Amino acid sequence: MAKSVAHHQADQHGHDHGHHDLESLKTLGFWIFLMTDVIIFGCLFAVYVVLRENTAGGPTAEELFKMPGVIAETFILLTSSFTSGLAVLAMHKGKLNQLIGWLAVTFVLGAAFIYLEVAEFIEMVNEGATIATSGFLSGFFTLVGTHGLHVSIGLVWMIGLILQLRKRGITNVTKRKVEVLSLYWHFLDVVWIFVLTVVYLMGVM
Amino acid sequence: MWGNLESFSDFFVTGDPMILGAQVSIALAIIAIVFVLTVFKKWGWLWREWLTTVDHKRVGIMYIIASILMLFRGGVDALLMRLQLAMPDSEFLHAEHYNQIFTTHGVIMILFMAMPLMFGLFNIAVPLQIGARDVAYPFLNALSFWLFFFGAMLFNVSFIIGGSPDAGWLAYPPLSELAHNPGVGQNFYIWGIQISGIGSLATGVNFVVTILKMRAPGMTLMKMPMFTWSVLSSCLTILFAFPILTVTMALLFLDRFLGAHFFTLDAGGNPMMYINLIWMWGHPEVYIVVLPAFGIFSEVVATFSRKKLFGYNSMVFAMISIAVMSFFTWAHHFFTMGSGADVNAFFAVTTMVIAIPTGVKIFNWLFTMFRGRIRFTTPMLWTIAFIPCFIVGGMTGVMLSVAPADFQFHNSYFLIAHFHQVLIGGVAFGYFAGLYYWWPKMFGFALNEHLGKWAFWLWNIGFYVCFMPQYVLGLDGMTRRLYTYDFDMGWGPLNLVSTIGGFLMGIGFLFQVWQIAYSIKVHKRDTTGDFWDGRTLEWSIPSPAPLYNFATDPQVKDVDDWWETKQKLARGEKLPPKPALAPIHMPKNSAIPFIMSVFWFGAGFGLVWDWLWMAIPSLIGVAVCMLARSFTYDDDYYIPVDEIKRTEEAAAALKGATT
Repeated sequence: MAKSVAHHQADQHGHDHGHHDLESLKTLGFWIFLMTDVIIFGCLFAVYVVLRENTAGGPTAEELFKMPGVIAETFILLTSSFTSGLAVLAMHKGKLNQLIGWLAVTFVLGAAFIYLEVAEFIEMVNEGATIATSGFLSGFFTLVGTHGLHVSIGLVWMIGLILQLRKRGITNVTKRKVEVLSLYWHFLDVVWIFVLTVVYLMGVM
Repeated sequence: MWGNLESFSDFFVTGDPMILGAQVSIALAIIAIVFVLTVFKKWGWLWREWLTTVDHKRVGIMYIIASILMLFRGGVDALLMRLQLAMPDSEFLHAEHYNQIFTTHGVIMILFMAMPLMFGLFNIAVPLQIGARDVAYPFLNALSFWLFFFGAMLFNVSFIIGGSPDAGWLAYPPLSELAHNPGVGQNFYIWGIQISGIGSLATGVNFVVTILKMRAPGMTLMKMPMFTWSVLSSCLTILFAFPILTVTMALLFLDRFLGAHFFTLDAGGNPMMYINLIWMWGHPEVYIVVLPAFGIFSEVVATFSRKKLFGYNSMVFAMISIAVMSFFTWAHHFFTMGSGADVNAFFAVTTMVIAIPTGVKIFNWLFTMFRGRIRFTTPMLWTIAFIPCFIVGGMTGVMLSVAPADFQFHNSYFLIAHFHQVLIGGVAFGYFAGLYYWWPKMFGFALNEHLGKWAFWLWNIGFYVCFMPQYVLGLDGMTRRLYTYDFDMGWGPLNLVSTIGGFLMGIGFLFQVWQIAYSIKVHKRDTTGDFWDGRTLEWSIPSPAPLYNFATDPQVKDVDDWWETKQKLARGEKLPPKPALAPIHMPKNSAIPFIMSVFWFGAGFGLVWDWLWMAIPSLIGVAVCMLARSFTYDDDYYIPVDEIKRTEEAAAALKGATT
């Protein structure tokens, strides 16, 4: 039954129960936010697909993409999704140190992914393939860059969360925060599968 | 460091006496506000009670004040255009200035007037209608408001600093691209909309969760007030539509800022892609603003006919189907693009189909009035006036949806008349009705009905005098965005009539301002909390609503629960006893939404001028604000039972003193 946060104050569970309800409300809101993010990526994919043949005499996807680096990025990101899942499992077992440890591993993998992606971008720019070269490259850099930006924001978020966990331990509030972050991280993983397929695999095919 | 500024006049707009006048009056207004706040020592009050508030009722009031200011500015734009067009070969405005004015008129009226007025009414009414203590995320709600506010300020500042955008309200490329529009005006457009758009999206999330999760016990979905249903359908549409706007603005910005080729004519860009994207947001957007107006009409028509709303289920069905179908009609805005007969046929049919649920609603309102005991109060007058106005606007819409015929109507004054008729006759009339209807609930005093009726008639007569001639002008071949026309065209007389109508509406607006000022002075106190003999929960509590809204959770049994409760009391039935008072959990005020939005303003302003030294630190400021919020754990408190008791007793005493 629909109940507000404050309604719970009337019953006997007191302070903690009220917070618990507030936390599930926030998780729901985050799910809905992720749905809107799906639409953002959906638009960027659509734009990329419309523009991907418009190379305007510049380099094509086949000439540019170097698959070994992309495969490495993919495995690193997929592994980081797995480790963030392990972090949540550790949290449910109440093991704070394990939780922080797995989050730290996830962070390192995420940072490695970003390093590889930035290196890939720099190499392309050095070869003269910039965002201003063609419609295809505008679409490419924006789509892949938006995903990278999301991952980078997730990394900052992860540091903030690790600090909060060290200070406060596993509470209802920090628990919800870890769950939401892990949701976000898995979401980025799914988006990357589409990037890999639509941008890279279909690009070199 | 100042990069693209070579002289003073590159920054401040100079040389136009009207703009100079505006600059001087803005400076004087700011000085006056600062002076008044300082003399009356109101800075602390302003900060504590308003700028840092997270209370939905206050956020709602701030939205409404801001939107009325924007209505004034958008209205002045409109009257300047009408003055220019009143006579053939007029030299009142030059072409460039005219282009800026029709651009800002459109953007302001839709995004900075209709949207915030709508969000204001959401905030005022929805939590009270569903028996909740606040929205789901009060902090986010305040952030939404301040993002809207600073986005709107950023857009408006272009008028005196840097120059206004001038590529039309939807900024079609290639005209809005750097090659054709090298000034900063278009950048102000992008960042003003982008920043306020983030706020709109957050409001959409907030109200969807509020409505789905925070309803009073017993209020199932099909017992919700119709306005709440309309807000739910509007917010669901926001969730799907606004991300598209965010992407579109971001891509246009990348074109202008980094030289990308999304919408350019060269290097593989595709301008028509922008037009598709912007209308994939833009068409749902008009339904986003009109659905809540439909909700308001439903509340008003039931209250003032003293009858249950006719066809509750079909109304809900109509709203949701409009929300869904609004995503499948966008290409009717550019049948002339040349996408072929099959595509045009699809969008013509969907456009015609979406008129059906709208027609269902019209019949529901008519049948609600049928054999009702109608009271002709101002909210009801606006509702009654809306019906014929919207029918004519809807019918001309169906005419426009016929793709082959649209090749003639496209971009003519026929179209201008059509969309003003649905947006003024539907949205503006609806929000006025809502504003009058909930005004006593917001402020605890009533608006003067006599002045309100003057305003109503001036607006209504002015509306038809202004826009009916424009249909004819459109059929006579007058296209939109013309800044002048030859005497030989023969459009002079009808344009003059149209201008007179525009000014009648302007006088109507002045009457509304007078009405508000007069009513504040007279201050006819609403002591009952149920000023209109209403039907829904917001009328069961004192006016204005106490900080915590409901002292105890209302237990809902019926649609229009408050009306049913009153009926039971009148029959002498006993109501179940109210549960005992308990401390109420409330969110604390926060300065972060305001400060973070100031940083957004700085970031936007920096990016407008290509000043990274300003944009980057501001964006870091935004990030720091987000982290500061994340590290804040002490963000709530409890209102003790004693205080609730005192507040409730005071309201009861006020009621008892008059009845």
